[in-house]
Amino acid sequence: MDAMAQTEKSPETAAETPPSILSVNNIEVIYDHVILVLKGVSLEVAQGGIVALLGANGAGKSTTLKAISNLLYAERGEVTKGSIVFKGDRVDARSTNDLVKRGCIQVMEGRHCFEHLTVEENLLTGAYTRGNARKEIRDDLELVYTYFPRLKERRSSLAGYISGGEQQMTAIGRALMSRPTMMLLDEPSMGLAPQLVEEIFEIVKLLNREQGVSVLLAEQNTNMALKYAQYGYILENGRIVMDGPAKELRENPDVKEFYLGISEEGRRSFRNVRSYRRRKRWLS
Amino acid sequence: MLFFIETVISGLLAGVMYSLVALGFVLIFKASGVFNFAQGVLALFAALTLVGFLNGTTPFTHIDNPAFAMPAWMAIPLTILVMVLIAILVEKFILRHLVNQEQIILFMSMVGLAYVLEGAGDIIWGSDVKVIDLGLPQGAWDWLLDTHGIYVEKIEMVAAGVAGALVVVLAIFFQKTRIGRALRAVADDHQAALSVGISLRTIWIIVWSVAGVVALVTGVMWGAKSGIQFSLSLIALKALPVLILGGFESIPGAIVGGLIIGVGEKLAEVYGGEVIVAMFGRWFEIDPGIFTATENWFAYVLALVFLLFRPQGLFGEKIIERV
Ligand SMILES: Nc1ncnc2c1ncn2[C@@H]1O[C@H](COP(=O)(O)OP(=O)(O)OP(=O)(O)O)[C@@H](O)[C@H]1O
Ligand SMILES: [Mg+2]
Repeated sequence: MDAMAQTEKSPETAAETPPSILSVNNIEVIYDHVILVLKGVSLEVAQGGIVALLGANGAGKSTTLKAISNLLYAERGEVTKGSIVFKGDRVDARSTNDLVKRGCIQVMEGRHCFEHLTVEENLLTGAYTRGNARKEIRDDLELVYTYFPRLKERRSSLAGYISGGEQQMTAIGRALMSRPTMMLLDEPSMGLAPQLVEEIFEIVKLLNREQGVSVLLAEQNTNMALKYAQYGYILENGRIVMDGPAKELRENPDVKEFYLGISEEGRRSFRNVRSYRRRKRWLS
Repeated sequence: MLFFIETVISGLLAGVMYSLVALGFVLIFKASGVFNFAQGVLALFAALTLVGFLNGTTPFTHIDNPAFAMPAWMAIPLTILVMVLIAILVEKFILRHLVNQEQIILFMSMVGLAYVLEGAGDIIWGSDVKVIDLGLPQGAWDWLLDTHGIYVEKIEMVAAGVAGALVVVLAIFFQKTRIGRALRAVADDHQAALSVGISLRTIWIIVWSVAGVVALVTGVMWGAKSGIQFSLSLIALKALPVLILGGFESIPGAIVGGLIIGVGEKLAEVYGGEVIVAMFGRWFEIDPGIFTATENWFAYVLALVFLLFRPQGLFGEKIIERV
């Protein structure tokens, strides 16, 4: 039933954005053959853009990202409808390994560093798909250290023993070692102090600008994400309920009320969301 | 004193064998979370295959044809190739289909694999006891006997040397190479490994191949001592206490655990009776010969004690916890 709302707005988004590096077309994801989690999600990431995917716990952000990197099968999940196209090629025919080689890599939620490997070894695993090109990999290691000088200091510590912020940096640095053109960042702000979140987002912005990495950023921290992204999608209960340029989303009264916590109520209850969605449809 | 040293040395040499088997388990357990019940049978199968090639046995007919007999430099690589082939088949027909399944299901599949391999070994190479002749030196190590009066079999020294070398090579492989690093990454967090583009299937094939080579070394060394026969596959049972001692995920643990059990068995056999008599002889009449055939039970008793007091093993990987 939401398909209508989706099709209505897709032409205009397609018209005004530069060619997209990633497009997700109306996908449906089912876990364990029965649990329907994504109910038709579509989104586009423009070449060189930063796009935010926003939503509360359990909205389906991580599921969307995993669908893009083809990581779902390892969790008994499956894309049952729709298609995902990365650089003009459907991803479903490709393994994660293949996608990483083609430049699309995910930084998973919760950092997932290799705890018994040193920070530097963690970074080097990111270059796994690049084979044994030693010289270039060495150079890229230095590049990662210029973006994350703290990691250089901790290069020989076990990743299990460094701070949460450093772990997040390691995870992003590790992904960078694959020379990506598209990074899928899953809640990089999770569990970090506001100042650190800002530091990390600044670096992501730099990477986007200097290394030409397009970014799809899944976040609960709406405020922060909309500051860095150019475009945003809001995911509720497995559906995109709203999307638009970040600036507009920041100004939108509903987003203010439900996501930026500017109204008193907050946005906890599902019923609120339903009425808000209905309202949204009437308005648009 | 000399006798004591001799006992310890022979214990260590036997322990090396236990370590080798346990190593095969640990490698696979770390990389795929599978308890490789088939490691002992894998050792048997590897040794049978090698002997088959050395003797020029025609598969399935069990007839030796000297015309096809291969020299060791050809037979060994060819056997390794067979082990790699088994690794590929295991990945293709078992592991690939059982990702994310319960531990017990994986375990049962390994029990199944053990039977299949055992049957295959039987059908292809025959079930008679085989003698392996790699031209390894026999008899006592004269130098040690002459200078210190300690009796040690040459072949045991060779076995220990080969096992030691294998462990060093593995350690370098794990610590220094790209694939080794990827193996450790998979052991740590297989989801994250997937996400950076490490292919679990490739990694599984590699660990199973490595375990196959370890099995080959185990099978040959063990077989050189006591012939290649079905009982070889039972050394897998010996790996269990070694693992309980050393921790399921620790390579150094497997090595040290094996040595401890080897030495412990020998010491218990030689001195255990006396100790018991000295301790309790005042109250009970004890036959000092009660500690016989220690290789059949000592390791398990030791493992039980460990389960009670230190269930994570001596080297159980440190669980890193942080908030
Ligand atoms: N492996 C799985 N099997 C079954 N259900 C799952 C699985 N993974 C996620 N889900 C369900 O899918 C829904 C969406 O989960 P997802 O992790 O994508 O949400 P999210 O938006 O990333 O949330 P969060 O902000 O908490 O990370 C949730 O209801 C969750 O319970
Ligand atoms: Mg999530």
